[in-house]
Amino acid sequence: MEIFWYIIIGIVLTMFFVLDGYDFGTGIIHLFFAKKEKDKEVIAKSAGLFWDSNEVWLVAAGGMLFMAFPTFYASVFSGFYLPLIIVLWLIIFRAIGLEFRGQFKYQMWKDIWDTSFGVSSLLLALFFGIALGNIVRGVNLGGVENGISAHEGHYFFLPLWNSSFSPLTENPGVIDWFTIVIGLISVVTLAIHGANWVVLKTNSSINKKLKGVVFKLNITLSVLTVFSLFVWQIVNPNSLDNFIDKPYLMVFPMLYFTGLIGLFFIKKIKKDSHAFMLSTLLIVGGITSSLASLFPVILPSVNDIHEDLTIYNTAASEYGLSIALTWGIVGFILLFVYMIIQKRLMGGKIDKMDYGH
Amino acid sequence: MEDMIFYDRLQFAFTITFHYIFPQLTMGLSLLIVFLKGKYLLSKIEKYNNAAKFLMKIFAINFTMGVVTGIPMEFQFGTNWAKFSELTGGIIGQTLAMEGMFSFFLESSFLALFIFGEKLMGQKLHFLTGFLVFLGSWASGWFILATNAWMQHPVGYEILENGKFVLENFGALFTNPWLLPAFLHNQMASVVTSSFVVASIGAFYILRNKQVEYGKLFLKTGVIFGLISSVLVAFPTGDWNAKNVAKYQPASFAAMEGIFETEEAGAEIVLVGQPNMVEKKLDNKIAVPNILSFLTHQDWDKQIPGMDQFKEEELPSNIPALYYSYHIMVGLGTIFIGVMVLALFLLWRKKLYNFKPLLWFIMFLVPFPYIANITGWYTAELGRQPYLVYGLLKTSDGISPTVSSGNTLFTLLGFVALYMLLGLLFLVLVGKTINQGPKPQTH
Repeated sequence: MEIFWYIIIGIVLTMFFVLDGYDFGTGIIHLFFAKKEKDKEVIAKSAGLFWDSNEVWLVAAGGMLFMAFPTFYASVFSGFYLPLIIVLWLIIFRAIGLEFRGQFKYQMWKDIWDTSFGVSSLLLALFFGIALGNIVRGVNLGGVENGISAHEGHYFFLPLWNSSFSPLTENPGVIDWFTIVIGLISVVTLAIHGANWVVLKTNSSINKKLKGVVFKLNITLSVLTVFSLFVWQIVNPNSLDNFIDKPYLMVFPMLYFTGLIGLFFIKKIKKDSHAFMLSTLLIVGGITSSLASLFPVILPSVNDIHEDLTIYNTAASEYGLSIALTWGIVGFILLFVYMIIQKRLMGGKIDKMDYGH
Repeated sequence: MEDMIFYDRLQFAFTITFHYIFPQLTMGLSLLIVFLKGKYLLSKIEKYNNAAKFLMKIFAINFTMGVVTGIPMEFQFGTNWAKFSELTGGIIGQTLAMEGMFSFFLESSFLALFIFGEKLMGQKLHFLTGFLVFLGSWASGWFILATNAWMQHPVGYEILENGKFVLENFGALFTNPWLLPAFLHNQMASVVTSSFVVASIGAFYILRNKQVEYGKLFLKTGVIFGLISSVLVAFPTGDWNAKNVAKYQPASFAAMEGIFETEEAGAEIVLVGQPNMVEKKLDNKIAVPNILSFLTHQDWDKQIPGMDQFKEEELPSNIPALYYSYHIMVGLGTIFIGVMVLALFLLWRKKLYNFKPLLWFIMFLVPFPYIANITGWYTAELGRQPYLVYGLLKTSDGISPTVSSGNTLFTLLGFVALYMLLGLLFLVLVGKTINQGPKPQTH
């Protein structure tokens, strides 16, 4: 039952990063590449129409995590207190940027909210990557210093960074050179994803240029990926064990590399939706590979005193998990019905669609 | 330690108070939108359709605000109340996760369709999407109230040796005797807010002498829904809730009613008075004898235990705040009924639209249903103190063990600053929408 909910939450989280990922990416593209007012407007609109229904996936993931793995939820949310609250603020800034840019016709007003939308999207992409980096690297569970624990074994508190900036110290911070690398991977991936989304959903004048941008970003991403595979081994030496034990898990990294290789042919791809599918594969493959390499651990401990948090030692009761399965299935069936209805009515380019007025 | 608890509570109180400005409007407003859209379907008069679509614009702004201020609410269980989350997540995680699953997805999917899809879907489907938005927003209320009901009156649980609450009976979470009265009371209060907002917009249009036909429609709709809901919020739903508090939380009941000393026979009802915590009495009290006993037990002479019957640690931790919250809510609720009765009478005599003093009064009344709603919640939450889970888990045992008070103070100040900006922008947006009005622009 724990495994089942682990998979469900994994799917919901991945959905969140695929869906809200494209509007984070759209923000990054908007920040760096949209120059004409007409492009700015339509690109902001391609995120603005969808962001709130995409963010519902985050709420859903949070709720399910709370229900199924309450100890993990409590530990991680209080341990990453500062970065999490900063993420919340960025989410708010991004939302007001999107919602308010079109409300008045003054150039300065639009510029302010465009920047708010773009910069918070960029920082959110970076922070989500850093978060993944932290989960892979592990934290100082129990706040151990010189062999003495400051808290119960499943609690911790991370500083934003420590003086050495290294993931290999006794008490690593949220930001170190390893998590920054993962953060950059996340930024580049989501920028590619966002560019594909803009091309798919709009007729903006920079669509052609964006394909070239995707190509260049993809080269950067390949370099970062190779580099990260090496440092990943240093930070988490056991990361390949699961793949050796259960070779079928290799399917997840293969998804990632299919996306990565496929995107080199971006200029030859005729259908815009195919490019978007490839960047979706990048995200799905990246997240699932990381989860698969850790399984069943969900937060490693960097000290020897306290054991890793796993799906087994943080889960709610068997009864609770199985009853939630019943309503969960009903809920998911309903959800797919909504998505099909929405897809059928809201497909296609959005340039002509009336936004709010 | 005291600082930590204080800042954690203050941050939660601040963020939830700000957040609840928005859902209390959207829940009630969705009902009015469904009503107007339905009226259009039956009558085919374009005015009703425009009115419904106009209110949906206001709904959408509030929904956005609700989403961005709602995400921090869910996260704060973990960030600031980690121990509480760890111990009770197996139970309240159920209702909170169900809220995401069954209401947010529903609400957000069909809100987009309602706003953008009228031409694509045709009128009947458009009505249906509006109805589904209504259903989603009320389901959200239901699951949140189920969560709160469990904290007020825990049921269906078992406590393990390590202090964890484990779910034993899922169905009990929804048959909790606390839930239905609280839910109905809350939803009616939300209809009060939205009716008053709609009536206020109507009064504004009439007074400004622009788009007067919509002004009249909004005022009439607001007054009719306003009267029905302000009566229902008091009786029977408010009455049920008070009886529940008297039954399950007698110490809180004594505190909110301001009964310091137990009377021999029937208890009086306090209309005015200030709690004096030093002398343990009410200053300048105006009270009517025996009424409270009658209201609570339908028996004029039934004894009701006062605060002197309870030990210090069983009593709510902030008695004056609880007492004032409760009396502000009840006082405002009474005034609302009075105003709406008068307005409906004038509407019936066809004098309302020309009776300017009342129109001005209704227009400026708009903050007060919000205040009544929020003080109502304060009554419930302060009444539950010093517990998070009534009688079982103390508030002081629920906070995050690793988050220092300095961090919480920092984030609290950040939330205050950010929400001030958010509130300002909200007012500008809503003001702009109201200023434009429901009349379709001719291009």
